[in-house]
Amino acid sequence: MSLNIIKPGIYSLLQDGGRYGYHSMGITSGGPLDRDAFRWANILCENPQESAAIEITVGGLIIESTIKTTLALTGADIPISINKQPVELWQSHAINPGDRIELGFARRGSRGYLAVKGGFKIEPIFKSIATVPREGLGGLNADGSPLKAGDILPCEPTTEQTSQWQLPEHLRPDYPQNSVRLRVVLGYQQDAFSDAQKQQFVNAQYRVSKNCDRMGYRLEGPEISPAIDGILSEGICLGAIQFPADGQPIILLNDRQTMGGYPKIGSLLSVDIGKLAQLSAGSQLRFEAISIDQAQSLLINHEKQFLNGPGKLIKTSN
Amino acid sequence: MSGQQTISIAGENALIVYFSDTPSEKTSREIAQTAKKVSTYLGANLIDLVPSYASLLVIFDPFKTDHHSVRRAIRTALKPTTKSTTSASQQTNSASRVTLPVYYSSESGPDLQLVADSAGLSQQEVIAIHQQTEYLVYAIGFAPGFAYLGEVDPRIATTRLATPRQQVPRGAVAIADRQTAVYPAQSPGGWNLIGLCPTLMFDPKSTPSMPIKVGDQVRFEAVDRATFIALGGELSLGNKLGDKP
Repeated sequence: MSLNIIKPGIYSLLQDGGRYGYHSMGITSGGPLDRDAFRWANILCENPQESAAIEITVGGLIIESTIKTTLALTGADIPISINKQPVELWQSHAINPGDRIELGFARRGSRGYLAVKGGFKIEPIFKSIATVPREGLGGLNADGSPLKAGDILPCEPTTEQTSQWQLPEHLRPDYPQNSVRLRVVLGYQQDAFSDAQKQQFVNAQYRVSKNCDRMGYRLEGPEISPAIDGILSEGICLGAIQFPADGQPIILLNDRQTMGGYPKIGSLLSVDIGKLAQLSAGSQLRFEAISIDQAQSLLINHEKQFLNGPGKLIKTSN
Repeated sequence: MSGQQTISIAGENALIVYFSDTPSEKTSREIAQTAKKVSTYLGANLIDLVPSYASLLVIFDPFKTDHHSVRRAIRTALKPTTKSTTSASQQTNSASRVTLPVYYSSESGPDLQLVADSAGLSQQEVIAIHQQTEYLVYAIGFAPGFAYLGEVDPRIATTRLATPRQQVPRGAVAIADRQTAVYPAQSPGGWNLIGLCPTLMFDPKSTPSMPIKVGDQVRFEAVDRATFIALGGELSLGNKLGDKP
C-alpha cells in the first residue's frame, strides 16, 4: 500500500499547499515553488489541488509501486518511464503493483511534481506535511528530512476503474529560460531607493546565480545600494526582494526566514514565483513594476484556470 | 494609540504596519493589541501575521478580500478605543511571566569569559546582571521558536562574534548587543554563548510548542550543573537534531 523510494534523486521533498498561521512562532510556509505545476499534477490524478505530492528538483527519482494506482508528472521537462517505457508528462498514467517509475534529469526547467491518486497518507505537523529541512518540520516522519532511499510513502490503491487525463498543450507552461519578465509590486522600503535606482531595477538585466535554493534566489546584476543598509527586523512575505550590502537582490521564497533586517524594494507576484523557480543558474530575467490593484486582478484572472481545473482536461482512457 | 503608525504595501497580498522607529515595551504592547484586533476583524480572510520589534506584517487571502478592505480593518484596529481596553489589566491579559533556568559556566557558555572581559567584569557579575533584567519577547523569528529578548543591561551588551559558529547547540543562552536569546535548535550563529537552558524552546510534538510568545516577560534563573542535568539538559555540544552543518 505504498510507493517506495528506490532512489531519491538530487533533491526530492514531500509538499502540500504549505504551512500557514504559524509565522508568529517563526515557522515559515514551505509548499511547492511552482504552485501551478503542483496543482495540475494533483488535478490530473483527480485529487484536491493541494494534496501531498513530491517536488523533484532536477530529477533522478526512482520509485516502485506496491499498488494499483494512477500518477502524473508535471513541471520541468524531466524524462519519465514506467518499466523502461517512456511516457508523457502532463498526463496521468495507470500504475500496477511492481511497476518501476524512473525519472531522468530535467532538459528544461528545474522542478517537477509527481502526484499519486488519493495523495500520500502522511501525518501533518502544524497542519501541513510540507517539508522544510531547515526547520526540521514536515515530510514522511514530520522531521523535515528530504526523501531518501528506502522511504515507504503510504497511499491507498484505487479500487474502481480510473480514467486517465491529459492537460491540453496550450495550458502547459513552456518555462522559457531567458528573457523572462517577472512582475513586482513595489513596497516595503521602496522609499529608501532613489527614483534612479528603481528605474535601474526595472531596466536592468539580471542573471540567476548559483546561490539559489528554496529559501531564496540570489540574482546578479548592477549593484543597487539603498540609502539604508539595515532595518529593524520585520516580517517577510513570499517573494520579497531584499538588497543586502553587496547590492545584489535576493528573492525570498517558500522556505524563507519569517523575519529579516535587509531593506526590501517590494515583492514578486506569486504567479511569477513558479517561473523563477524553473530557471537555472545563468538564466536572464528582467523585472516589471505593477500596482497592487493590477497584481490582484492578474492573480484572480490567473486563478480562473484552476476554478474548474478538471474541466480543462482531455480524457485519454477510461 | 498615538497615530504615528504608517501602513505600507509589502506584496500583492500583504500590508505592513510600522508603529515606531525604535522598539519599546509600549510599541510591543500596541503591536500585540493590533495583531489581536486585526485577527478578529479579518477572520478567515487572514492568512498569517508577523509581529516584530516595531512592525506588524499582515498577510491576507487575496481571493477573499483586497488591500483596500484590509487597510480599513487595520486602521480600525489602530483607532484608540475606550480607556478600559488600554488599561493595564487588558494589556497584560494574554502576556505571561516565564522563568527559564540557565546553567551559566564556561563549560556551558564558551563566550562567558569573553563577555566578562569586554565588560571589565567577573563571570559572576555577568551572570548576576543577566538575571537582574526582566526581558520582553520582542519578536520570534530566524528559526521556529527563536525569541528575541530585550533589552540586555548595557554593561554586558556584547557585539556579535566576528566569525559565526557553524554549530551553536540547542538551548544555548546568548547575547548580541542588547538582545538575548535561547537557541531553540542547533544552528549556525554568531551570538555570544554564556550558558545553557534545559527548557525546550520549541517542541513541535507538545502543546503549546513554545513556553513563550511575543509580548511575554522572561526572567533567567541560575541553576547548578546537577539541576541543569536533572531538568533534562545535555552538555554535549553535539545535541543536534540532524540538520546539515
